[in-house]
Amino acid sequence: MNAPALETRGLHKSFGALTVANAVDFRLESGARQALIGPNGAGKTTFVELVTGALRPSAGQINLDGADVTDLPQAARVKRGLVRTFQITALFRGLSILENVTLAICERQGIGGGLFWPAGRYRAAIEEAHALLEQVGLEDEALSPVTTLAYGRQRLVEIAISLALSPKVMLLDEPAAGVPSAESGTIIEVIERLPTDIAMLIIEHDMDLVFRLAQRITVLVQGSILVEGTPEEIAADPEVRRVYLGERPRR
Amino acid sequence: MTPSRAVEAFARRHHYRPYEALPWVAAVASYFVFPDYLALGAQILATILFALSADLVLGYAGIVTLGHAAFFGTGAYVAGILAAHGWGEPITGLLAGAVAAAVLGFLSGLVVLRTTGLALLMQTLVVATMVAEAANKASFITGGDDGLQGMEVWPIFGRFRFDLFGHTSYLYCLSALFLCWLAVRRMVHSPFGRSLTGIRENVRRMHAIGAPVARRRLIIYIISAALAGISGGLIAQTTQFVSLSFLSLERSGTVLIMLIIGGVGRLYGAFIGVPLYMVAQNRFSEIDPVYWYFWIGLLMVFIVVFARGGVLGLFDQFQR
Amino acid sequence: MVLYLISVGLSVTMGLMGFVNLAHGVFAMAGGYVLTSLMNRFAVPFVPALLGAAVVVALASFPIERLLYRRLYGGEELDQVLLTMGLVFISVAGATYVWGPLQQPLLPPPWLSGAVDLGIDSFPAYRSFLILCGAALVTALWLGIERTRFGIRLRASVDNLRMAQSVGIDTSRLFMTTFALGSGLAGLGGGLGADLLAINPGYALQNLAYFLIVVAVGGLGSIRGPFVAALLLGVADSGFKYLLPEFGAFFIYALTMAILLWRPRGLFGRA
Repeated sequence: MNAPALETRGLHKSFGALTVANAVDFRLESGARQALIGPNGAGKTTFVELVTGALRPSAGQINLDGADVTDLPQAARVKRGLVRTFQITALFRGLSILENVTLAICERQGIGGGLFWPAGRYRAAIEEAHALLEQVGLEDEALSPVTTLAYGRQRLVEIAISLALSPKVMLLDEPAAGVPSAESGTIIEVIERLPTDIAMLIIEHDMDLVFRLAQRITVLVQGSILVEGTPEEIAADPEVRRVYLGERPRR
Repeated sequence: MTPSRAVEAFARRHHYRPYEALPWVAAVASYFVFPDYLALGAQILATILFALSADLVLGYAGIVTLGHAAFFGTGAYVAGILAAHGWGEPITGLLAGAVAAAVLGFLSGLVVLRTTGLALLMQTLVVATMVAEAANKASFITGGDDGLQGMEVWPIFGRFRFDLFGHTSYLYCLSALFLCWLAVRRMVHSPFGRSLTGIRENVRRMHAIGAPVARRRLIIYIISAALAGISGGLIAQTTQFVSLSFLSLERSGTVLIMLIIGGVGRLYGAFIGVPLYMVAQNRFSEIDPVYWYFWIGLLMVFIVVFARGGVLGLFDQFQR
Repeated sequence: MVLYLISVGLSVTMGLMGFVNLAHGVFAMAGGYVLTSLMNRFAVPFVPALLGAAVVVALASFPIERLLYRRLYGGEELDQVLLTMGLVFISVAGATYVWGPLQQPLLPPPWLSGAVDLGIDSFPAYRSFLILCGAALVTALWLGIERTRFGIRLRASVDNLRMAQSVGIDTSRLFMTTFALGSGLAGLGGGLGADLLAINPGYALQNLAYFLIVVAVGGLGSIRGPFVAALLLGVADSGFKYLLPEFGAFFIYALTMAILLWRPRGLFGRA
């Protein structure tokens, strides 16, 4: 069996007496479509921050494609293909969406630090960025600043940026959060069409989305994994019902 | 938009626009139109470079600093000390000042750039105060309170003497400013420059796309320090004097003021804010220095509350 | 110690309110001017004049906060830097206009002049008084902020403004009061320290670096921090000047830099 795309062993984080991640052992296989669910405050976003390197763990190990990345800074993990989107859109607000994506591509190609030639010279990068925007259906607004886009479409830019980084593992933090239901359909479609060789972990509260997209679900409660399984198993599990599914999220 | 049109528009953004020739035309014209004010003009040009260097860290990288005068003063003192101790060749003196300032930028940047916001602001202040105090105490080299005496700057290329009327000074500063500006403009439009905007707009995002944020900030800090050092050297060489005020908090503060008047982060804010400020100061100080402080203070409060984007910002609004 | 008295107010505004207030020295200066004017021109005794200084400055801070500072809460540092610098400049001009460019003398009352004999050594009475004041203030403030409802509401507002508002805390009133407190403290400090930090129009600019350093080293938002920092820096300063007089204040700044390297948020600053 190949090494999993992403794996944590004993991942632990506490702030004083408060434990937000409790010796978590987690596996994400390559090409997986997995969801991470749990009640508010369960530690889902913290988990993402630990895995991506934005937060340093108190203990434990993080493996990316079999290699230990626990001590690597966030940027290095990104270069190895570990990419995330943000729950609250984190884009370069004053820049056009084409530029947002181009920035990501330049970083991936290692030309982000080029001092001498104007950015406009790097046609290939800009065209690739444009192609990505086409892929998510945003090419008409390529030159518009981020701030002029509807929130749902901004979330699509987040996804485009993630794709620009040639991800092997994508962590999508509540991709449809805060998006009116009229627009969330597009987001779901885009996610469904993502390449199958990318391992995907989606953090979500919207159970319709979860059941539609995920082949496997992990339930996180108070920093520990409660149970893992197929959507059917999770839906039927009484523990899960009690802890989480019992509180139906308002849609 | 068809793919090629959007891509084209983006790819052409760095091309020179006609209005960009305006400042240079104005500068050259001033040489002929205001022959009595060339000394002041040279000061203005050198200060524009200083403001430009500050704009790089402030407007583009989003690093708010209260200690930029440290680099300015370092460049000035190094160029000045060289000239006072036998090496009066101006261009190498200028480069020496730039290198010294860059080294200071590197060392202080390593320390200062590890934080952001308030902590960073205070650290820049501490560094500047340290440098000022060091210069004060090392009066055997720097001249201390009296200022650096005995500077002798040789003619440029052996031919162009620095005269009392400022002809050489003006053109010297203009050339230096032009060359530096070319470099800055290039850099601002490069991927590096764009990534600085990214760092300013959303640092978390920059980390998340794999950008070496700390390294980028350090690099721009060093470059900005070098440019500030050049501007300090220019002033030192054209006035043949350096004093402790070159390192003062007030100088760091006034460069911020000049930038905000013109507009921060727009490359040309310096070109507008600096002449406005310096000419006004020249006028007002003759009348009554107290009034100057009052009105400039009032202006700053006014700008922050009502006209945040400075002159260029107002211009933008007017266009809409 | 004078630095502590003045700086604690700055720590409060900058740390608890997250506002870069470079004009803090203006309030200290104003306190000094009020004190010396009351004492020299109106022959008001020391202690009432001191209280008067603190109160007047605190009251004066209300309109300034309402009209100007309020707009920039949570805004960009640059804006705050420039606004407060503008206020400093205006204060320089204003002070020169009203009181002239010369230093205002402070004559401490007879019961505070001279020396206090404590058996082991005799200390200058005024300095001892200052230290006592500082210690009293630290305790009072700490109790006030850590223990009272006012303190809790303030800290809640700083942690999460929206949340605090939604649970019904009147944050604008709160900030207004805190700002007045910080400014009043500055006024008090400026008055008390008029002997050491001369009251003249350039006061706010000249001493700005000192205030900022004490707050930076002590830690933003901390009450104890600036106290410890002022003590530490004061002792170190005397020590350095005694051992290596040629270097002057350089080592103090180097020490500050070292401390900030080790703890970027100050000794007691919040992470």
